[in-house]
Amino acid sequence: MSELEDLMKAFGDSGGDKNILVNRDIAHLVASGHKILSMRAIEGLEVKAEETVTGIVANVRVMEGTIIKNPIHLCFGILHKKGLQEIKMNVRLERGAFAGFIAHCIFPKAEKVRHIMDAVVEIGESAEMRYSEVHYHGPYGGIEVIPKADVMVGKNGRYITDFSLISGRVGKLEINYTVSVGENAVTELTARVFGHGNDSIKIKEKVVLEGNNSKGLIKTRIAIEEKATAEVTGITEGNAEGARGHVDCMEIVKDSAVAQAIPIVKVSHPLAKVTHEAAIGSVDKRQLETLMAHGLTPEEAVNVIVRGILK
Amino acid sequence: MHLLEIKDITYRVKEKEIFSGLSLAVETGEVRAILGKNGTGKSTLAYLVMGCESYIPTSGEILFEGKVINDIKLHQRARLGITLAWQEPVRFEGISVRDYLTLKSKEVDPSGYLEMVGLYPELYLDRMLDKSLSGGERKRIELASIVALEPRLAVLDEPDSGIDMLSMQDIINVIDALKKNGTAVLLISHREEIAKVADSASLICNGKIVCSGNPEKVAQYYKSRKCEVCIEEVCVYV
Repeated sequence: MSELEDLMKAFGDSGGDKNILVNRDIAHLVASGHKILSMRAIEGLEVKAEETVTGIVANVRVMEGTIIKNPIHLCFGILHKKGLQEIKMNVRLERGAFAGFIAHCIFPKAEKVRHIMDAVVEIGESAEMRYSEVHYHGPYGGIEVIPKADVMVGKNGRYITDFSLISGRVGKLEINYTVSVGENAVTELTARVFGHGNDSIKIKEKVVLEGNNSKGLIKTRIAIEEKATAEVTGITEGNAEGARGHVDCMEIVKDSAVAQAIPIVKVSHPLAKVTHEAAIGSVDKRQLETLMAHGLTPEEAVNVIVRGILK
Repeated sequence: MHLLEIKDITYRVKEKEIFSGLSLAVETGEVRAILGKNGTGKSTLAYLVMGCESYIPTSGEILFEGKVINDIKLHQRARLGITLAWQEPVRFEGISVRDYLTLKSKEVDPSGYLEMVGLYPELYLDRMLDKSLSGGERKRIELASIVALEPRLAVLDEPDSGIDMLSMQDIINVIDALKKNGTAVLLISHREEIAKVADSASLICNGKIVCSGNPEKVAQYYKSRKCEVCIEEVCVYV
């Protein structure tokens, strides 16, 4: 079996649609380690990617006014037990463009793997980018994943992301995103992670509301059990008239796991408003009793509640 | 043998005695209204029957089909066929109305249960059971879920209260559906109108059942009460 077939099998096993490789209307970029295995651009989308010693560098450009109907699929992974993958991505959506991305990051056998993502994203005026990133790190917890992104959202633009790591172990995760939001622009950052064993989760997301009437939401949903730890820092700054931001963090803790939430809100304009809410603790007793009154065991009830929060 | 029998229970929280020698029996398929003013312990009675955490009688017994259930856990009581609709149902993130109505069995068709409580399935089945629902919508869905469970005994705590109040017809529909399944209902309320849909009623006051029988008569007693909240004096209607 070729490396591409191996990766696509793991991709399929983790819920991905393997037909993306054959469908000519769907753009994709597939990389294993530092090898680019497959790549396709479509009209209005330019993808330039090259291999480096430790990973790949990719430049993605969605041209002015281009509406990309099908999501662009990115598939990055390491199929070996050990390895390093450094991805540098520059993404630019020009004025009035629209594109959705679905990124699969697959490390099914990771015992000593390091995956570093460094992205710079520029959303042009009235452009919109939706980015969904699904991770699978396998059962061993032997992985370090360090995604970093600097994003600028132009006037009337939208940037919506959803990071999900809810199957298998996490290993060590350190997310660091910063989004600067322009006039009338909107951003929503969602992260959902389920940690087990001695997994370590650190999420730092910062939204800077620079433009008038800009809006930002940071939503984090974490469940941790056994000896896992989670530290969530949600920072929102409101620096312009009519800016509205909200930080919403919920962490469910089981066993000896330890969770921490650090919401930081800063307002430098009298007509801006930023709010935050954080709830950390064990599963809500009333929720638990309600589900048990419907015939679920305590374990089943906890599972339904946790899966619901991470959905 | 009674379906539910509460035998001479006392329930004390710290120094306060909530119930002192309360007894009550409910038969299979019977709809029993429990009336009482605010603060008389009606919800506490519901939690004791359901077996909620830390709600264990200080003395006395609760029997279900002749078996003492004082030490049986909440989920095990649910498996015996007891369920409870809380006065203010909780909300859940990421759980759809469809998921909730089919928790017990995926074979259940949830549409009919929603229609029964006045909600259009096409508008509600895929909605989340979270804070996007109004209090009244959430309450209707809770009642629909209770009927879908087909329990032996349903304890409905103040089903007619809520931010967006349910109509009496909705309550009647739910009661009728439960009765059709042979479910007994313990219908807890502080409003005497609710007794109209019951087969029998009991008035709770000062930690005891002070009268039981014909719902209209009990409601009449209740209506002519002189105190708005329980002031822990022996009820004059005993």
